[in-house]
Amino acid sequence: MQDLGSAFMAAIALVRDGDAGMLAILGLSLRVSLAALGIAAVVGLPLGALLAVARFPGRRAVVVALNALMGLPPVVAGLLIYLLLSRSGPLGHWGLLFTPGAMVIAQAVLITPILAALSRGVLEALWEEYAEALRSFGAGPWRAVPTLLWDGRFALLTVLLAGFGRASAEVGAVILVGGNIEGFTRTMTTAIALETSKGDLPLALALGLVLMVIVLGVNALAQGLRDVALRRAG
Amino acid sequence: MLPIRAEAVSYVAGGAAILSGVSLTITPGAPMLILGPNGAGKSVLLRLLHGLLRPEAGRITPAAAIRGAMVFQRPVLLRRSVLANLRYPMALAGVPRPARVRRAEAALAEVGLSALAGRPARRLSGGEQQRLALARAAALEPEVLFLDEPCASLDPAATRAVEEIIRRIAARGTKIVMTTHDLGQARRLAGEVVFLHRGRVVECAPAEHFFAGPASVEGAAFLQGELLW
Repeated sequence: MQDLGSAFMAAIALVRDGDAGMLAILGLSLRVSLAALGIAAVVGLPLGALLAVARFPGRRAVVVALNALMGLPPVVAGLLIYLLLSRSGPLGHWGLLFTPGAMVIAQAVLITPILAALSRGVLEALWEEYAEALRSFGAGPWRAVPTLLWDGRFALLTVLLAGFGRASAEVGAVILVGGNIEGFTRTMTTAIALETSKGDLPLALALGLVLMVIVLGVNALAQGLRDVALRRAG
Repeated sequence: MLPIRAEAVSYVAGGAAILSGVSLTITPGAPMLILGPNGAGKSVLLRLLHGLLRPEAGRITPAAAIRGAMVFQRPVLLRRSVLANLRYPMALAGVPRPARVRRAEAALAEVGLSALAGRPARRLSGGEQQRLALARAAALEPEVLFLDEPCASLDPAATRAVEEIIRRIAARGTKIVMTTHDLGQARRLAGEVVFLHRGRVVECAPAEHFFAGPASVEGAAFLQGELLW
């Protein structure tokens, strides 16, 4: 209990003083997670839309694989990307291991299946409603993909938030491929892990509180935007 | 596109015959009303003629992927503004941009929705939604327009408004092919009647002949409100 109390005070102090180290860590965390979210969205959302409309042999297998990949253990994903990016690995010449770039890749790999699987579910319902009308207009499945992505934009925002939440909360993969290097690849989650193992529980908890407030804030902001847009656009 | 010919068309769904041996010809002229009790196969016939379904047997010519335009019983409106809903199918159909703008405005004016152009389409009332769906189909300037029970879920005032729009579209030379279970509506709109019963065309006649004295027992029973299925 004492830990929680002092953690709370430490968290307030960290925010009040605008602790430079913490702000840098927080900034890096947000940049990495947002970049990963951007990449995953560009790949995952169209993939989800395509799976919602396309009927091809093996589609079920792809859907099952995607759903299974949603549960991919971050540490395993991190290890695979570590092997790819390590100096002797096939992508070693990129020189990305232990850089923020590697962390972006790891998080993007983790959340792309999440975005694809969740958006498939959301857009399949929309497609069910639209299919006849779009076919009546002469739109095939390929043309339907951008239509569904646009018309499902409000539901997809929630999907993006789920992806962002997973990315920003993730520690196993980024600590492996980023290395938790102070001032370079240290994120909120890896800092929390480090402070915990060093025994500085109040600092670890304080960082955790700040992280939670940030994630909550991002969600509330997105939800608010969604509500306003929904009211205006129906 | 016209005439559209269905020759000995059959359709099966889930092992049950929905339509069997249906033949009819759609020629230019006054609206064709497809009548029949629930489950007669009216909606399926419309979808076959439009091209959304493929016949199990028989054939429909011309063999285009999609013939004409269609309005559904429950209007399917995109989650966009009224105007964007009008422009979307025109863009797909390759209508040049200036013509799209012009036609969209004319279509909105025709159905009395000009003031709502910027509104989200799905926030409109049921009657307004169906008028928008009609305007959207009419803006494509199709040779033939298929309407599947367009007034089924509308109140009398909205039904009147929709019928008025249908009459105006028909007067411009667009062939209307429409299903309804509302006999009053059929009397008001029909130029010719196709009477469907249990998946077969029982009668195909000019409207005044059908309503004055149907040639078939089923047709007579239907007009007297006795034939329920």
